[in-house]
Amino acid sequence: MKTDAAPSAKKPSPNDYASGQDVRWCPGCGDYAILAQMKKTMASLGIPREKLVFVSGIGCSSRFPYYMNTYGIHSVHGRAPTVATGLKVVRPDLSVWVITGDGDGLSIGGNHLIHAIRRNLDINIVLFNNRIYGLTKGQYSPTSPLGKVTKSTPLGSIDNPLHILSVAIGCEGTFVARTIDVNTKHLGMVLQRAAEHRGTSFIEVYQNCVVFYDGAFEYATGRDTRDETTLELEHGKPMIFGKNRDKGIRLNGLEPEVVTLGNGITEDDLLVHDERAAEPSLAYLLSRMRQPEFPEPIGVFRAVDRPKYDELLNRQIDETIAAQGAGDLDRLFNSGDTWTVE
Amino acid sequence: MASQQATAMTSIEESKPTVPLDAATVRFCGDSGDGMQLAGSQLTNTSALVGNDVATFPDFPAEIRAPRGTKAGVSGFQIHFASRKIFTPGDRVDALVAMNPAALITNLPDLVPGGVLIVDANAFEKRGLELAGCGSNPLEDGSLDGYQVFQVEVTKLTRAAVKEQGLSTKEADRCRNFFAMGLVFWLYDRPLEPTQRFIVEKFGRRPAVAEANRLALQAGYNYGITTEAFTSRFSVDPARLPPGKYRNITGNQALAWGLLAASKLSGCPLFYGTYPITPASDVLHELAKQKKFGVRTFQAEDEIAAITAAIGASFGGAMAVTGTSGPGLSLKTEAVGLAVMTELPLLILNVQRAGPSTGMPTKTEQADLNQALYGRHGECPLPVLAASSPADCFDVAIEAWRIAVRFMTPVLVLSDTYLANGSEPWRIPSTAGLDPIAVRHPEAAHDGEPFRPYVRDEWLARPWALPGTPGLMHRIGGLEKQDITGAVSYDPANHQHMVELRARKIANVARHAPPQRVEGPASGKLLVLGWGGTYGALATAVRRLWERGAPVAHAHLRYLYPLPANLGELLQRYDRVLVAELNLGQLRTRIRSEYLVDARGLNKVTGRPFTVGEVVDAIEKVLEEE
Repeated sequence: MKTDAAPSAKKPSPNDYASGQDVRWCPGCGDYAILAQMKKTMASLGIPREKLVFVSGIGCSSRFPYYMNTYGIHSVHGRAPTVATGLKVVRPDLSVWVITGDGDGLSIGGNHLIHAIRRNLDINIVLFNNRIYGLTKGQYSPTSPLGKVTKSTPLGSIDNPLHILSVAIGCEGTFVARTIDVNTKHLGMVLQRAAEHRGTSFIEVYQNCVVFYDGAFEYATGRDTRDETTLELEHGKPMIFGKNRDKGIRLNGLEPEVVTLGNGITEDDLLVHDERAAEPSLAYLLSRMRQPEFPEPIGVFRAVDRPKYDELLNRQIDETIAAQGAGDLDRLFNSGDTWTVE
Repeated sequence: MASQQATAMTSIEESKPTVPLDAATVRFCGDSGDGMQLAGSQLTNTSALVGNDVATFPDFPAEIRAPRGTKAGVSGFQIHFASRKIFTPGDRVDALVAMNPAALITNLPDLVPGGVLIVDANAFEKRGLELAGCGSNPLEDGSLDGYQVFQVEVTKLTRAAVKEQGLSTKEADRCRNFFAMGLVFWLYDRPLEPTQRFIVEKFGRRPAVAEANRLALQAGYNYGITTEAFTSRFSVDPARLPPGKYRNITGNQALAWGLLAASKLSGCPLFYGTYPITPASDVLHELAKQKKFGVRTFQAEDEIAAITAAIGASFGGAMAVTGTSGPGLSLKTEAVGLAVMTELPLLILNVQRAGPSTGMPTKTEQADLNQALYGRHGECPLPVLAASSPADCFDVAIEAWRIAVRFMTPVLVLSDTYLANGSEPWRIPSTAGLDPIAVRHPEAAHDGEPFRPYVRDEWLARPWALPGTPGLMHRIGGLEKQDITGAVSYDPANHQHMVELRARKIANVARHAPPQRVEGPASGKLLVLGWGGTYGALATAVRRLWERGAPVAHAHLRYLYPLPANLGELLQRYDRVLVAELNLGQLRTRIRSEYLVDARGLNKVTGRPFTVGEVVDAIEKVLEEE
């Protein structure tokens, strides 16, 4: 748990984390499921409401802080990771969560996201990826697929989409995960793991926009297709997927390939997931696996320990004070060359 | 100290007469790699230590190492030291030290007729003259006839002085500035001891280099004693400054120390979020050194991150500061709006430089006033304060934070390149004598009622409730808030109310601030109105005119927004108002529109500060009218 405060005596309920403000996302929006799981996770971890701060930028997802009965800042477009950085650096006792989206976090705020992840502050970043601009009513986003027809791309998008987990891993993120809005159990598990991780936790949530891009992730959520199109990662387990759990991922040279178990191919031939691998190569390889060639992995890609920016920054101060004593302004002002006028 | 040094010297020195002066202005100039800034700052420190009042003007190119020997690469440092109170680094120089032809050509126009000109004669060979674009050698073509020229073989003499240290020629030549310093120290009867101490501190880890610099310094001094070229030297007695302990301080250092003091006085730990930019970076460098004061410096990935991180730190209860220069402030603008909307205390420092765009990054200007006052979307008022001298940066930093927490608002502090890099004696305050800054955070609530983040106190400030406090959970953000409850609101009447309320709150700062003071007659023919870093030039010009009995007064604004409560009435007391500023009339426009006063302007945008002479001329021109 990220907060130093002891959990309150009475176990809180998810409802204790609801702010009471009317939730104004469209009916059927994937954000509702994420909000519900967040409240549930916070309750089950018993993090006191006053120790939680949700920070967001601009967009549909960024309304999130208003709906939590915690502290919160709804800041400027794309800048939530920086607000969280300043807050966490001065208040390491708080559990700080950044809520962002594919437009907010990857377009206008892309710069801040990579720097927050590389610094490895002890914060959590949840990116709601719906592959579209919702609040501005339906323009394509940095994660929209090539050829996507929207109001701003009537002949189809010509922007190569960004795959954020590859970027997060490239920034040597210490906790990188993916989950899906409607897969509530998995979502809850990932949120809990993120809360427990020390360092920047980065989660991409596949989230459905019912109005502007309904069904963007239907392949990964549909009852008939999800087992074939997603691969649930489990640490130390071979990578098996499929409705009949008869398919797996095998390494062929430096490339992954899909194989069918049987005919001499056994579980022993498959890649085994290692979220704790010191080198991010395996996590990166997984982040490159996309439909339709591959099932898309969900779960924790990477979870490793690395020094945290907020801790290092505050440690430099503590160690300086321990070695030299606390600063004395009068001494500072009178240091160096001075002279007296009688 | 000066006399002790003199008695230790030989009888040859004693045979040379000393001419007492009440002030002198000296400029070192050379290539940007010649160590001219160091030479200037050593002469400054030494002059301050012997009790002179000092004012300095470092002037250097933006390029770290422009092509050697060219005019583009010339770096200069001007110092004015006096036996009386002075406010400016001087319009023109009494003595010029030029290390090469390019430096001579570019700086000669500022040397007074008959002034002392010391040149490194060795630098005036074919190549150096070509690089400077000289058709003929100024040392030979008669163009220096109107000055007291001293052709000194600085390079050759320095190399000879440091020969025993086994340095390369390149390394030996790096000691030339110390030779030049030594000679100037002799010429103005300054002690060598502070610089000798500096050499040990700065170069102590490289004994050969330290010794070479020491020898070069001494050789320059001895050259003055022994050479027949110099028949006399000068002295400048200590100034009669108010009693107290003094040190020399630059504007950026004073700004940084003011922040440290405000942090201590308010009990809020200092967070400084910034992105490197000339000429503000030295504030970061100074604060980064002060970890034992609990200062957290954050070098962000960009200007926007720097201010938004500061906003996050402010929400967490820190004394949050972001510092930049004009182009950086442009980037921060949207976030300034967030700070106004969320009503969080925050300091935004703008150390102005010549713009627009990249402009002239190492030159001074006051052209960001409109940006400070108006450069935001929406109705977005915030207090704007400006420092008037290097030492004043200390006081402004404290005052700005006092306002930020009293009114729960971001405050914009304007400095400029001239103040940032310039220095003056600072009477060291005792921190026990500084007024504490009251900060109140609401305490935990257990009544189960929702916290009301937008209730107001008597000054219309909202409460600064900190995360971690039980029962005060609340959300703030850029969306319009319902009065009192802080809930998101699109209600038309509420928006009107909130816009007016925020404006009234900032207007209240004028009631809280001291009334505007005037130097000189309380009414009459002419008021010179200025703001920020031009104080020294305006104050000196006005004093010079008083000596001639001219009916002129001077008011210098610290509060640019809101304007002082008594300013309108004050302006009415004079027949004419002359607004002097280093822009094309930004304050003047505001004064005219706010008070319907027919103010006229004295404006300059050369990247350089006002000279006293041009202010005097402008005032006299106005006074001669009718």
